Amino acid sequence: MEREGLTINPAKTCQPIGAMYAALGIHGCLPHSHGSQGCCSYHRSTLTRHYKEPVMAATSSFTEGASVFGGQANLLQSVETIFSVYDPEVIAVHSTCLSETIGDDLQQITKKASDDGKIPEGKYVIYASTPSFVGSHVTGYANMVTGMAEQFAVSTGEKKDQVNIVAGWMEPSDMREIKDIAKVMGAKIVLFPDTSDVLDAPQTGKHEFYPKGGVTIDALRSTGDSKATVALGCMSAEPAAIALEKKCKVPFETVEIPIGLSATDRFIMALSKAAGVSVPAEITADRGRLVDVMADMEQYFHGKKVALFGDPDQLIPLVEFLLDLGMKPMHIVSGTPGLRFDKRMKEILERAPYANFKLGMGADMFLLHQWIKNEPVDLLIGNTYGKYIARDEDIPFVRFGFPILDRIGHSYFASVGYKGGLRILEKILGVLQDRQDRDALEEKFELVM
Amino acid sequence: MQAKINLPDPSVIKEELINKYPAKVAKKRSKSIVINDPETIPEVQANVRTVPGIITQRGCSYAGCKGVVLGPTRDIVNITHGPIGCSFYSWLTRRNQTRPENPTDENYITYCFSTDMQEEHVVFGGEKKLKQAIQEAYDLFHPKAIAIFSTCPVGLIGDDVHAAAREMKEKLGDCNVFGFSCEGYRGVSQSAGHHIANNGVFKHMVGNNNEVKPGKFKLNLLGEYNIGGDAFEIERLFEKCGITLVASFSGNSTVGAIENAHTADLNVILCHRSINYMGDMMETKYGIPWMKVNFVGAESSAKSLRKIAEYFGDAELKARVEEVIAEEMPKVKAIIDEIRPRTEGKTAMLFVGGSRAHHYQDLFSELGMTTLAAGYEFAHRDDYEGREVLPNIKIDADSKNIEELKVSADPELYNPRKSEAELEELKAKGLEINGYEGMMKQMVKKSLVVDDVSHYESEKLIELYKPDIFCAGIKEKYVVQKMGVPLKQLHSYDYGGPYTGFEGAVNFYKDIDRMVNNPVWKLIKAPWEKEGAGSLEATYVA
Repeated sequence: MEREGLTINPAKTCQPIGAMYAALGIHGCLPHSHGSQGCCSYHRSTLTRHYKEPVMAATSSFTEGASVFGGQANLLQSVETIFSVYDPEVIAVHSTCLSETIGDDLQQITKKASDDGKIPEGKYVIYASTPSFVGSHVTGYANMVTGMAEQFAVSTGEKKDQVNIVAGWMEPSDMREIKDIAKVMGAKIVLFPDTSDVLDAPQTGKHEFYPKGGVTIDALRSTGDSKATVALGCMSAEPAAIALEKKCKVPFETVEIPIGLSATDRFIMALSKAAGVSVPAEITADRGRLVDVMADMEQYFHGKKVALFGDPDQLIPLVEFLLDLGMKPMHIVSGTPGLRFDKRMKEILERAPYANFKLGMGADMFLLHQWIKNEPVDLLIGNTYGKYIARDEDIPFVRFGFPILDRIGHSYFASVGYKGGLRILEKILGVLQDRQDRDALEEKFELVM
Repeated sequence: MQAKINLPDPSVIKEELINKYPAKVAKKRSKSIVINDPETIPEVQANVRTVPGIITQRGCSYAGCKGVVLGPTRDIVNITHGPIGCSFYSWLTRRNQTRPENPTDENYITYCFSTDMQEEHVVFGGEKKLKQAIQEAYDLFHPKAIAIFSTCPVGLIGDDVHAAAREMKEKLGDCNVFGFSCEGYRGVSQSAGHHIANNGVFKHMVGNNNEVKPGKFKLNLLGEYNIGGDAFEIERLFEKCGITLVASFSGNSTVGAIENAHTADLNVILCHRSINYMGDMMETKYGIPWMKVNFVGAESSAKSLRKIAEYFGDAELKARVEEVIAEEMPKVKAIIDEIRPRTEGKTAMLFVGGSRAHHYQDLFSELGMTTLAAGYEFAHRDDYEGREVLPNIKIDADSKNIEELKVSADPELYNPRKSEAELEELKAKGLEINGYEGMMKQMVKKSLVVDDVSHYESEKLIELYKPDIFCAGIKEKYVVQKMGVPLKQLHSYDYGGPYTGFEGAVNFYKDIDRMVNNPVWKLIKAPWEKEGAGSLEATYVA
């Protein structure tokens, strides 16, 4: 049945949570939700469940009065309270459906906060417009990252020997891996945002309100002088790269988040080109190890049908990786709309003319479930909510994406780069081979696989 | 009541909690931080706005209405009217367990329904999309009931969800459709949403089915949401005692049960904050008295069962209840005897909910642990000080915006279950009917009571008191644990439970024992970081 009014079991959530996550990737930043308390509470809860880490953020605590008369007074009061009680380097304000509907202008209010002397010397308030009735959590993330570039980057006229890498929506582990790869390659980079050492902080017996990680404001300011930008993901990272090009004339190249072999190849080449460094043997060896496992275990991947749901910048390279493995991506949904996403996915799916793919309105998990019922699959890949479909249909399930509420690992073990590719392979093989073992007749139960 | 341990001077601590705030904020917060005296209960400022910018535990009205009260009932299709986020975040995150009687029975607990409102709907109105969504939900599932929950933009753009509901109810014919104006900005916390939910359930569901079903000692369980299976344990005890549960509001419940709730003879209230409105309204309209009970804690469970038996006044029931308690208690006793030496003298803090921060103190006290400080996230003064303060509570602008239903006795169905004389007699026996004494009478002198505790205050409290365990929710969980103090989640139970009744008490004792005595808390420092570790470098100098 075609649905026009009702979304059932969405494969997306709303913009503000993406903005909150991105803002946590600035060192010393307190994200601030300009809306009702519930928004902030829900976003903090979801991010906390995903990371099992503190997620600090404040709210404008709208009541009915603020909703009628506008939220300016609430935001001004928030800025004052936050700087006196929580003393951040920067407050990153994002809007909500409530503040957008009543027409609060964050640029104007933050300017007023500044004019009124509510922002202490050397401290900052940045903002991003993230109404929940536009886009998804992915575009909300992109808007906040774009806000960072637009509001911090400065062009001094003196170029720096460094490359900006705009992180698409990735885990802290992935951001750490990107920095490690750049280091091995000898490329000087500014990665932003950077949630490593923020959302994977160690247990020390002390709660660091502002953990050691996050891109510093100085580093963000310097992005305007970088010689190039590499954006990881057309949806979640490219808008910030475009903003940097516009404001500071930093040329950019967009590649996919380096998930799987081919996307990582392109990332390595893009970084090598942008930073003017050659690819060291270590990286080539990492690549070789990934290809080695792909070759050695090809029989377990070949022809296996896969259903996926998730976010554009993860799905594009992941589907390509599955195809490189000889697997068959059968059904793909993402609630996030986007022309670039649609175009790129369709290009990749030229290798899989049998695939069902839907994005945006109506592309929800209820639809995915119906597709799976019509044409069953061997593997399901998606966030934690997939466990209900996996259980109903008895399908091996690999958790991938956001949010993962019932397993750990994503914040500590990267899925990007060649090493991250190995982790994805290990996870896929693990569930497929466990399934083969579980279902094998006694005489067909293999010792060596 | 006397504390078993020496409490630090609370006035000094109070000063520490507020001295970093700007003057106006400090002044406001100081009224919500009070030093307890169970003999002369001081006034607590509660149910007032959180200062913008303060990191609060609180959520919104939508969370209280859809998430808390309506969410747990399995056969209502709950459609969130608004952008996608609100429905997404309230999707399966409250652990409301439910157990359909038959595998083919309706159960929508695992579903998330939303109108996924887009910019065009905010500009041109979303009623058309809403009606379309209702139609599609009906066509797909043919549910008995569809509820609609308004999110922030809906109220602002003026979508009339109630008119849409009426129209669709008429059109569909065999499906009860009703709406809730529970926009997130209403009130000051989840509490507004509870009230809105109570009103809607009372108006649109209770009383729809007058069929009197068989059963003795019929009651409704109000304010039990079956988190972690809590309601299952209470149901087990009722069944064992021969008490008939007509309807639960709203854990493990159904539309049919709630529609029939007014045929019960007693309402027992667990979570006073979220559901007391229902108790009052059913008493006025149908003549069903309500009684506050507590099934958190073994002693409290026994006491609550005895209160119920006393209310019905039946000798056989009273005897059966005693038998059940005698059967259940030894198992509990055996466990507590084993565990208590490891928990005795330890301390706890509870900042959660509108009821749990009170009731879980019973379990801690059974473990020999003292509650140093406690407070609610979204409660009102009566939850702290007792219902006798109700007439003195100032109604502010935020509360005024929440509808008070005008309820009167039903001309046909009003039937006082107890006469005035009988009620007096019960009161004389110590049974408080339509009353609740609140949290503070139970807390020791000089303990701290903090309403709507902020993040900053929580950290300070931990620093100053060093409690052995802190109870709150998911947002606080890892903050507190980073400080080396275990945090017990009392919304989700850290995915454990049930914690009600006798079996639940045992589960809780074991969990707390595990948490406060866990070896991990002693492993935080690396050997080379410990005092007196000295320098390792020089050992093997050639």
